[in-house]
Amino acid sequence: MDNQFEPIPREKFVFVQQDANLHDQKLETKNRSYFFDAMLRFKKNKSSVVAAYILLFLALFAVLSPLISPYDVREIDKRYVNAPPYVEALAEKGWSLFNGAVTHDSQNDASMDYWKGIAEETGHDPVLGILSKQVKQVKSRGKMVENATYKIRTNKYFEIGLVYMVFSYEDFEKIQAWQDRTGLQVIYPYVDPKDIQGISNNPNIWYQVKDNKGTAVKDENGAFIPAYCTAAAAEGAPYHSIRIAGDNGSYIYSARKSGAVQCRVEYYNYYQYVNGHAPQYYFGTNEKGQDLFCAIGMGARFSLVFAILVSVIRFVLGTIYGAVEGYYGGAVDMVMERISDVLSGIPFIVATTLFQLHLAQKVGTVPSFLFAYIATGWIGMAALVRKQFYRFKGQEYVLASRTLGASDWRLMFRHIFPNSLGTIITSCAMMIPGVIGSETSLTYLGIVNLSEFVGTSIGELMSLGQRSMTTSPHAMFWPALFFSLLMISFNLFGNGLRDAFNPTTRGED
Amino acid sequence: MLKYTVQRILLMLMTLLIITCMCFVLVRMLPPVQLPAEDPHTKVILARREAMGYNKPYLVQFGIFLRDIFTRWDWGVSDKLYFGQDVAAIFMDKLPATMIVNIYSILLSIPIGISLGIWAALKKNTIIDHLISTLTMVVISVPSFVYAFLIQYFLSYKWGVFPFLMNSGRNYLDWSMFVSMMPPVLSLSFGVIAGFTRTTRAELTEVLTSEFMLLARTKGLTKGQATVRHALKNCMVVVLPMIFGEFIGIMSGSLIIESIFAVPGVGSLYINSINGRDYNMFMLLTVFYTAVGLSAGIVVDISYGLIDPRIRMGSRK
Repeated sequence: MDNQFEPIPREKFVFVQQDANLHDQKLETKNRSYFFDAMLRFKKNKSSVVAAYILLFLALFAVLSPLISPYDVREIDKRYVNAPPYVEALAEKGWSLFNGAVTHDSQNDASMDYWKGIAEETGHDPVLGILSKQVKQVKSRGKMVENATYKIRTNKYFEIGLVYMVFSYEDFEKIQAWQDRTGLQVIYPYVDPKDIQGISNNPNIWYQVKDNKGTAVKDENGAFIPAYCTAAAAEGAPYHSIRIAGDNGSYIYSARKSGAVQCRVEYYNYYQYVNGHAPQYYFGTNEKGQDLFCAIGMGARFSLVFAILVSVIRFVLGTIYGAVEGYYGGAVDMVMERISDVLSGIPFIVATTLFQLHLAQKVGTVPSFLFAYIATGWIGMAALVRKQFYRFKGQEYVLASRTLGASDWRLMFRHIFPNSLGTIITSCAMMIPGVIGSETSLTYLGIVNLSEFVGTSIGELMSLGQRSMTTSPHAMFWPALFFSLLMISFNLFGNGLRDAFNPTTRGED
Repeated sequence: MLKYTVQRILLMLMTLLIITCMCFVLVRMLPPVQLPAEDPHTKVILARREAMGYNKPYLVQFGIFLRDIFTRWDWGVSDKLYFGQDVAAIFMDKLPATMIVNIYSILLSIPIGISLGIWAALKKNTIIDHLISTLTMVVISVPSFVYAFLIQYFLSYKWGVFPFLMNSGRNYLDWSMFVSMMPPVLSLSFGVIAGFTRTTRAELTEVLTSEFMLLARTKGLTKGQATVRHALKNCMVVVLPMIFGEFIGIMSGSLIIESIFAVPGVGSLYINSINGRDYNMFMLLTVFYTAVGLSAGIVVDISYGLIDPRIRMGSRK
């Protein structure tokens, strides 16, 4: 037995086709993948591209607005509840949407004087404009008197004017130091209620009045006559900061109040002293006093992250379940279909409620909300995957692969699944607006309350806005606008994706 | 067909029973509502709870629950919202309002939705079609409570066309009642109209391009004749079941719209029973909503088979 072969040296091997020409033409076009192709088709669809940009903008807004806004969702100022949007720079350019205006009906001459008083004393004129003026002849004490009523627009931020506040001696000193540094007047001269007919609940009256309703006494030029207190004995603490115009040094700026001082404080400037910035709510505030600009962003952040999380989990569960159903068919399919029948029959609101009632105490609101979404939500996905598997599992390439000995798992996820990926991805994208929509409805109805976790939610903002709709429509307008834009652009974007991935279904909307 | 129908209905009843059982057990597992000590109803309710087997195993309780329903139509008494009153009676009292609001909304939506859909399909790829399709897309995406806000703010508050809330009272055929129902009806209709438009357009454009339409034209029918007699008929195979489905669905109403406009219907009752933890009420309404949802699905499937003999889903396997 001689099995020993001589090793053949490398040099003796020669290519058979050493000089032969290959007559195949080289491919001149680039190789295009399925996804690249889909991208190209997507870009042709104008409305979807626009929707994609709007979506990007909304997502950026959600990320950035809580960072830009000087406020926090939980930061609430009781005096600026239901405040309309106010941005000083835009208001000066004449953008009436952002001038912080509210409308007041039936203002008589006395109340017009009141607004004028605030404007003269603080320099911040609350009256933006007079919308209409009605003059009626009214009989009063046997004489005909002209009685005018006005409809005016006022700036809600300035109309607060002055408020009574009580400070400790240190705080009083600190405010004075701040006044000296910035030149903004916070503390205004004190007015003794005795000098203004005993009115003690209206710090905005600094002029002489003739009755306890606050009707002003005017001098011969029609100007107010100041009623500031000059009794040095009543002074609470020494005042050495800036004084208002017309003060010859005799006005006192605080009144004694057992261990503290009471002052008249201009709230707009006091706010700057406390917070370091002027009160400006870009989108206004709602009934609770939350800054809408920040709150919408916070709510949207939660909605987006939550919806994507839900979609991913549903995608995984639904794919596995649907793949097993569709691939094995027969009795397995029958049993699994019955299970999903039962689960899909449960109304979503019932599932959410039961999960909230049972689990919210133990694992928290958000996880139990998430469970509710996952518990029944994956069925749509499973049905879709099952259909795709029925479509592909009998095809020749699957049979060929099986003949070659591929395992079930490999057939399912290496051969069939990639072919149905386009459809599945599209329905995933379409699922996101659905999740956001139902999440918003449930928070709107108050069945799920997210305020402990994120501070707020778009649904809660809208239900608060709905309640105060007549007095401050902006509190509904901004969240509704944001939410509608989000839903519209998500749906348009999803449609574009679907058309791009499945060109055969184009135009079915 | 009959066999298939019976099969589907039996299957549905079984599904309903399983879901009811699941929800029932989950609800009974919650601690029962604390009753006010001095109220004279408390004794009655406690006695009824004893009779309903609150201290027995859950499945026995479920048996008692079913027995009471089948023998006496007794769904228990409300222990929170309508203290001591019969739950089923309150439910029957609330149902008409929901149904009437929703019937009006469907009646308004069908003609508008379908004609818009037909118009868009006939003018396919023109500016009208694009306008209608885009608007449909936009309207479908925006949820109904945004329409409710717009209608309530502009029509009711600013211009005063409609009252702010729906009238209370029970005479639903009154004119002023009809006017006060319009805001919820309109808010509900937007989405339904858009749904009808979208389906009609999609179906009709497909039918219009099929070959028998060409045949109909070649044999001498005018475009109108061909569309009405051949295309529309075929398109109705899809649209009619949708209408049936909506008609069943109207009973469930809209939870949000009802609470915004104070419609005295089952939707707001449901929300109140959830937020107020009125478990018997919640149980009844859960069964109701589940049944409505399941039967809507069945009606759609069966009506497909009835309308179009080619689609007999039972003969699939």
